[in-house]
Amino acid sequence: MSVQQEIIIAGFGGQGILSAGRLIAYAGMLDNKNVSWLPSYGPEMRGGTANCHVIVSDEPVGSPILNKATSIIVMNGPSLDKFEGIVSPGGLVITDSSLVGKSPKRTDVDVSEIPASRIASEMGNATYASIILLGKLVAKTGVISKESFEEALKEVLPPKYHHLIPEEMKAFELGMNY
Amino acid sequence: MGQKLLMKGNEVIAEAAVRAGCRHYFGYPITPQTEIAHYMAKRMPEVGGVFVQAESEVAAINMVYGAASAGVRVMTSSSSPGISLKQEGISYSACAELPAVIVNIVRCGPGLGGILPAQCDYFQAVKGGGHGDYKMVVLAPSSVQELYEMTVEAFNIADKYRTLVMVMGDGILGQMMEAVEFKDKENIVAVDKSWAVTGTGMKRENNVITSIYIKPEVMEAHNNKLQAKYKLIEQNETKVEVYNCDNADVIVTAFGTVGRIVKNVIKTAEKEGIKVGLIRPITLWPFPVHAFEKYAQTPKAFLSVELNAGQMVEDVRLAVNGRRPVHFHGRTGGMIVTQQEILDKIKEIIK
Repeated sequence: MSVQQEIIIAGFGGQGILSAGRLIAYAGMLDNKNVSWLPSYGPEMRGGTANCHVIVSDEPVGSPILNKATSIIVMNGPSLDKFEGIVSPGGLVITDSSLVGKSPKRTDVDVSEIPASRIASEMGNATYASIILLGKLVAKTGVISKESFEEALKEVLPPKYHHLIPEEMKAFELGMNY
Repeated sequence: MGQKLLMKGNEVIAEAAVRAGCRHYFGYPITPQTEIAHYMAKRMPEVGGVFVQAESEVAAINMVYGAASAGVRVMTSSSSPGISLKQEGISYSACAELPAVIVNIVRCGPGLGGILPAQCDYFQAVKGGGHGDYKMVVLAPSSVQELYEMTVEAFNIADKYRTLVMVMGDGILGQMMEAVEFKDKENIVAVDKSWAVTGTGMKRENNVITSIYIKPEVMEAHNNKLQAKYKLIEQNETKVEVYNCDNADVIVTAFGTVGRIVKNVIKTAEKEGIKVGLIRPITLWPFPVHAFEKYAQTPKAFLSVELNAGQMVEDVRLAVNGRRPVHFHGRTGGMIVTQQEILDKIKEIIK
């Protein structure tokens, strides 16, 4: 049985939404999976919101556009409204509860609400919020390996930020175990 | 093959051009292909090449005309409204038999339209766009890996026939990231370019690159020469992917991104006992008529699925030539066809 993980990550521009998606895609590629990453670039971006569609699959990826998702990570209220409905039954909804301000209405999905932005701020770097949420995604779905995630950080982050990788991994593990 | 990299389609096009020996790029920014120019601005100085952000698309295509006249590998890129602006230069280059690569990462139109993906420039690309009896080879990749391979190939075809080659993608292909594996060494086919205007050194007659032929006999002879060349390209360069078509109930035809979506539909349909085939033209011109002729008697019907209001479907009808019904399903305005829509349409056809 082939497995295809279909993930949407959504929030405001500047929260690291697109980078978070790239990390998953890159790590999936390192795990020898087929991957695609498609950012929003349309008129919605002009409103300050951002999302990306990520597919990690055992088989070649067909359409890179998702009309349904196995998991979503949302980092603001409008994104929850927009994407909650397209999660497959039994799928996963992860929210940054310090920013979303409400809970998902769906009862047929697995919900994880994590105050990621608050935790990240306490760690001293608000940009770790998306990393914490990715940790939860990986713990729940096993979409990528932790080793590949660490490797992907080296590939995706510019070298000047590589000294932050141990802290990023701490945030990631915090999310995994939350 | 080298290491796998995760790269954006637009960046892969630019890198592929550099690997193919392109050292001259002229462009003007427009969403959703600006990353090509952005990448070239950084990369060209690294390899001793020339990057110019021209003052307009019209200027950029005429810089291409100049560089190609000098016999160097040259590329420009734009998106739909920008490609419209280039049409005069494209027609002139076709007449002057200049080899060059033009990338169109299509966005929805008409007019300034929107910035989201579409395939609404099919007619413009394969039926002319500019004035006069000319053709250009139009390649339609459907993955980031194909963007790489076909961009390299585009330069070889351009040089081989002294012709324009367009690589036509859409906003999805340009913006998406996928794994790409670059070869250690590219297959660069060197050709004789003794026709180029590189200076005579007082040792030979002047070479002339022109697109003006005032005498009707001469203009007609030149047209005949062009048409003979296009015939040769049709014979040699037609490319198509035929997938799952033997005994198919319905054969869907789609190019680029939509070809990928159809492959998902094929799997879903199979579970419901419907056999769907796919004919995916890789060269939109020359159009792979032979693939349709081969399968014209097989399915109940053909279905062309496109991100436009019905363009390639006209070529499908010409190729099928009345032997089977040809249906159409399309979306416009940056809306993307869904798997479910295609499946519903297939069911409606076979009912």
